Amino acid sequence: MALLKNDIDFMSPRKRRITGIISAVMLVVAILSLAINRFEFGLDFTSGTLIEVGYSESVNPENIRQQLIVAGYEDAVVVTFGSDRDVLVRLPVAEGDDEAMNNEAASLGNEVLALLQAESDTPIEMRRSEYVGPKVGAELAERGGLALLVALGIVMLYVAVRFQYKFGIASVAALAHDIIVVLGVISLFHLTFDLTVLAALLAVIGYSLNDTIVVFDRARENFRIMRSTDPEHILNTTLNQVISRTFVTSLTTLMALTAMLIMGGEAIRGFAVSLIVGVTVGTYTSLHISCNFLMYLGITKEDLAVPVKEGEEVDSMP
Amino acid sequence: MLNKFPLWKNVMVLLVISLAVLFAVPNLFPDDPAIQISHENDAITELDLGMATDALRAAGVDYFGDEVTDMGAMIRFAGLDQQLRGKSAIEEALPDGYIIALNLAATTPDWLQSLGATKMNLGLDLQGGVHFLMEVDMETALRRRMENILSTIRQELRSERIRSRSLELVGESEIELRFADEESRSQARSIIRDGFSDLQVQARETGGDYLLELTMLPASIQQMQVDTIAANQTTIRNRVNSLGVSEPIVQQQGPDRIVVELPGVQDTAQAKRILQRIATLQFHLEANAGASSTSYEVYDYQGQQIRVDNDVILQGDRVSNVRSALDQYGQPQVVINLDAQGGQQFNRVTRENIGRPMDILLIETRTRTVLDEDAEGNTVERQETYEERRLISHAVIRAALGREFVITGLSGQEANDLSLLIRSGALAAPMYFIEERTVGPSLGAENIAQGAGAVLLGYLLVMSFMLYYYRLFGLAANLALMINIVLLVAMMSIIGATLTLPGIFGIVLTIGMAVDANVLIFTRIREEMVSGLSPQNAISSGFDRAFSTIVDANLTTFLVAMVLFTVGTGPVKGFAVTLMIGIMTSMFSAIMVTRFIVNTIYGGRAVKKLSIGPFIKAA
Repeated sequence: MALLKNDIDFMSPRKRRITGIISAVMLVVAILSLAINRFEFGLDFTSGTLIEVGYSESVNPENIRQQLIVAGYEDAVVVTFGSDRDVLVRLPVAEGDDEAMNNEAASLGNEVLALLQAESDTPIEMRRSEYVGPKVGAELAERGGLALLVALGIVMLYVAVRFQYKFGIASVAALAHDIIVVLGVISLFHLTFDLTVLAALLAVIGYSLNDTIVVFDRARENFRIMRSTDPEHILNTTLNQVISRTFVTSLTTLMALTAMLIMGGEAIRGFAVSLIVGVTVGTYTSLHISCNFLMYLGITKEDLAVPVKEGEEVDSMP
Repeated sequence: MLNKFPLWKNVMVLLVISLAVLFAVPNLFPDDPAIQISHENDAITELDLGMATDALRAAGVDYFGDEVTDMGAMIRFAGLDQQLRGKSAIEEALPDGYIIALNLAATTPDWLQSLGATKMNLGLDLQGGVHFLMEVDMETALRRRMENILSTIRQELRSERIRSRSLELVGESEIELRFADEESRSQARSIIRDGFSDLQVQARETGGDYLLELTMLPASIQQMQVDTIAANQTTIRNRVNSLGVSEPIVQQQGPDRIVVELPGVQDTAQAKRILQRIATLQFHLEANAGASSTSYEVYDYQGQQIRVDNDVILQGDRVSNVRSALDQYGQPQVVINLDAQGGQQFNRVTRENIGRPMDILLIETRTRTVLDEDAEGNTVERQETYEERRLISHAVIRAALGREFVITGLSGQEANDLSLLIRSGALAAPMYFIEERTVGPSLGAENIAQGAGAVLLGYLLVMSFMLYYYRLFGLAANLALMINIVLLVAMMSIIGATLTLPGIFGIVLTIGMAVDANVLIFTRIREEMVSGLSPQNAISSGFDRAFSTIVDANLTTFLVAMVLFTVGTGPVKGFAVTLMIGIMTSMFSAIMVTRFIVNTIYGGRAVKKLSIGPFIKAA
């Protein structure tokens, strides 16, 4: 990596077309998958009951499902979780549940646990049990969507103020690109979309933005100090200057995330995978797409020539 | 350019690092499993502790470090197994009224504790336990209140001989009064204006009827909501205390929700039974001097033995409002409002009993564990419910009382407590469980192990890479990274933030991203070297020029984390917290600490070459 050449072509019209096509393909696949596969929403958003139990020996989830069906839980979904001794049981919220029924629904977990214990010869262990009421589920989903939009809005505003509005638009476009691709991957591989995945999405925004800002920061500096007036040349030089940093940071972040994926166990998998995909795509975006957007928006040297005050800030000491 | 920090900067960096170490250190002392004994009403003495330790010795359970503190008695155990056996032994030995809770006792040395250095709080997903989110049914509370008001208005109009066509509740919270003529309406209106300051009155005519539409003032509704949720919270807190859980959390969330977190609780069914129970309130007279011993019961009230007559003169459901206030002389008092029927009933009784004390009992249903013998003669545990009656007020009737009366002679605190207790018995609104999450203790321990493993592996990977890629500068960055983690842990401990599993993964992510600032600086130094600057100048210029980039990049990430914190709930909030703190600490460590280390190595001397890894010279 230390031997990366210093004159990679990022910004020629041919290269821009290629990366444009790659991104377009990724976006189309992602959107198609979102339309066809949709999401497998987690309990946080669907509402219902979830019980994770640990058996002392391996069990067949189908048998457990039969036990539950016999007992009247026709809608029970039973899957193994991590190992074949850990079983996850999910029950949907029954139709027409209102607040008064919440108290009954909330005790489903205990009932199922007692039932499974009665059917099992060996002691089973309650590992976790969750109940999310319909109202809470809807609220969490609403707040989650709101969080994404607010985050994007704030970012756009900040970048537009701190840099220039074209940079603001380009950075948000780049972020939207990343989010859509990550969402596509989540839907394509049927990963469960729950609150932790939502947190991962926001972290992807944070990370990808970090990357993009570093590029823009350098671009702004170069627009001001380089003698060339050709945006293509300036941006290309910028990207060549930051590429080594971008790679190193992505690498260290991916290392930490891989550690999370390896050590973190089943519950954190969706979170880790979303972040890994997000960081990878974010790296690609900051190198290829965000400056591409700047070019589309027709960035010129004049756009950044104005404020003298900001120029001082660049050189200020901590 | 000699790259030396001024003395004050060196001192500051060292000071911050040593403070961070000091405040992070308590997290290294594992807690002892312990049992905490308290009593519902009385303080715990050495005597109580002696009873408990005798029971432990008799049962052959090893213990140590038994002491009486202002929180009750604390007994420590070497393992979780002894702790559990100890709990059942003590439960058997001590009479009812004692609360025996499993707890964790800090092993942090006293001198650290006296500095205020404590551990991070662990979230329920790390220590096991149950989280409930309960919603208070405000609509029902409001409707009940309006029904109450309606029945009172009906009585008043009848006693004033004002004729009405109809009086009814329309929708959830509007009262509609119909009159045949305008005069009755204006009479009714003046009665309502005098007696019901909470109501907003609107007059209207339709089809020859003269209408009054009564709704609660928005401010009054708001006040009612605040009071109701406070009442419910008091009820829940009382019940949670009776569960014997160490460090429970009962917290209001939003205008109508209450979060209950019970660390270590596994039996959610029992916890729920207890939380849902409704308390009731009864008004009694004090028994006469010569009353037969079967006609009264004796209750303890602030150390006095009070004989309370068995007859109930008024049930708590007649209470329509309670508040603590100050009278015209600034003395605290509790103001109690009754509904119309209650007012009449109460007036009759009190008129005949002026000068006699009146008592208020709060009745709560509770559960306890009893040991039984089953058919085969084995001892089995059984849950038994029983009523617990508590005398909460003992006051002399000074006059014939009506719909509104006051209890005086209390301190401000007592007045507050009493009005909350009366509320919890009389005015608590129904509550629903809208969310429940339980984590078993083994999963909690597993989560901690997985989290710690991820942090360690992540750190090792990143560290090896940095060392390989940036050599001596990499070492500086690694040291800074380690200090960053110490800083993060110290900050979390100081502000009392709660560490959750997603929070740990926030730390892992921070490790990956924290080196970014160093990478930015180091690449910049390499660049400056390539463009021909001397090593000392390259260091100085690299740090300076990367600074604004670092600030920009981190500030935006911080903004996103703040959004996450604002809209996130529970574990996600934990993630946002560590991310935010991580960003702040990593900026300090990456800029100040790394510079400090680099300056210490290279500063103030002639340097020909920097150990910052290979880089290409411009061709």
